[in-house]
Amino acid sequence: MNIIEVKNLTKRFGDFVAVDNISFTVEKGEVFAFLGPNGAGKTTSIRMMTTLLAPSEGEIILNGINPQKDQAAARKSFGIVFQDPSVDEELTAYENMEFHGVLYKVPKEVRRKRIEELLKIVELWDRKNHLVKTFSGGMRRRLEIARGLLHHPKILFLDEPTLGLDPQTRNHIWSYIMNLNNVEQITIFFTTHYMGEAQDIASKVVIIDRGKIVATGTPSELMKKTSADSLEKAFLALTGATIREEEASPVDHLRMGRKMYHR
Amino acid sequence: MTLSVIYILWLRQIKRYFRSKARIVGSLGQPLLFLLAFGFGFGPIFQKAGQGNYIQFLTPGIIAMSILFTAVFSGIEIIWDRQFGFLKETLVAPVSRLEIMLGRTLGGATVATLQGVIVFVLSLFVGFHIYSLIALPFAFIFMFFMALLFTALGTAIASVLKDMQGFQLIMNFLIMPIFFLSGALFPLDGLPKVIEVIVRCNPLSYGIDALRAALSGVAHFGLLNDSIFLFVGVVVLLFAGSFLFSKIEA
Repeated sequence: MNIIEVKNLTKRFGDFVAVDNISFTVEKGEVFAFLGPNGAGKTTSIRMMTTLLAPSEGEIILNGINPQKDQAAARKSFGIVFQDPSVDEELTAYENMEFHGVLYKVPKEVRRKRIEELLKIVELWDRKNHLVKTFSGGMRRRLEIARGLLHHPKILFLDEPTLGLDPQTRNHIWSYIMNLNNVEQITIFFTTHYMGEAQDIASKVVIIDRGKIVATGTPSELMKKTSADSLEKAFLALTGATIREEEASPVDHLRMGRKMYHR
Repeated sequence: MTLSVIYILWLRQIKRYFRSKARIVGSLGQPLLFLLAFGFGFGPIFQKAGQGNYIQFLTPGIIAMSILFTAVFSGIEIIWDRQFGFLKETLVAPVSRLEIMLGRTLGGATVATLQGVIVFVLSLFVGFHIYSLIALPFAFIFMFFMALLFTALGTAIASVLKDMQGFQLIMNFLIMPIFFLSGALFPLDGLPKVIEVIVRCNPLSYGIDALRAALSGVAHFGLLNDSIFLFVGVVVLLFAGSFLFSKIEA
């Protein structure tokens, strides 16, 4: 059964085509890697799949629901860990979880139980009453993953979940996610720039470049196709070795200004 | 419409307010300075012109000023939420934009009202006297309405602005004129026609006038007019804010 179906999905910003007529399917319980260089259209696609952006053309079906038509139902069926941090620093870890639980209308008793469970799994239970601004990058990431799982989604979107984390934390996070995938049959849809990660855990890979899908298959199929001995080499063979420029959004400028201001 | 959702969004604003003690204290500096410098500086001239006690006249204006600034800031905080990514967390949740907007706006308005109440209490130490205890609860109601109106305005602005670059522009060409051309600092009798028209179009003028009626017992437009215009302003801006907020793409 396909839990995600994307047909002829296109997104234009003025003249620029960010996502160009892509189609793919993800089976229930699959660990799906969505790979591509910077600016390939990964995040734009995820934003469309998660109702944050309206597609210019094409259709998306998530868990049997069209997110354009029934936003609320679609939103309940997925959890997401964004590429950029999205926790409230001025709230505690517990309050962030509580906030999410209320927004997703998880009943109080269930909410309390799951928050405790999840915070223990990501090893933040001891710090539950600390403000998130005192947390390291890895801790915030773990909190975001726990939060994304609180409402028991059918699909978990992870947009570069391990960016900037040390190998210990990365391993920890992936083993937790894989366990979830095994036990709860949650479909994992992730992007990453660490090809090793994708090679190790993905059951299916789609490579997107300049808004178009350039390859689909299991990691070993892609390696065989390009006669490469690693997914990284296969990836480079498929997308070329030139470095991509990505324009900074106003938010990036803001973030940079803020960083300088804090220094 | 789910009350628990609106409540948790409201609660978040309140918690953030009480956690930033520096912000609370810092934002009291300006109103206090205005109250002391203008209040005592212009007091003698005001008296000589036969207008009575200036502190008595000025205080409702300064309370309204701190409500205006706090409220607009609370609304504009959406830009920070967008920057820190937290906005996305609320936008992908299965709740309507209207619920998000209402929860946030009520939270921001509560915070701004609290700030107004603090300035009111401080003004009592500077020499302000309330004219009637019975009218006092009405003063708080008017404060809340003003707070609601300007938080919604802030939300509307933040929904249109992409980053903080345009903030200075909004501050100097919208918020400052709203404050200075509202009758916060001077009586509205015998103004030049242009100023008079601007003042009459400014929702803050009616808020301050209503507050002055409740606190000092004098009104320029009359309490009924004030209440009507204030209420209409709240409704219009809540709609405008909700509409613009619903157009946000994160």
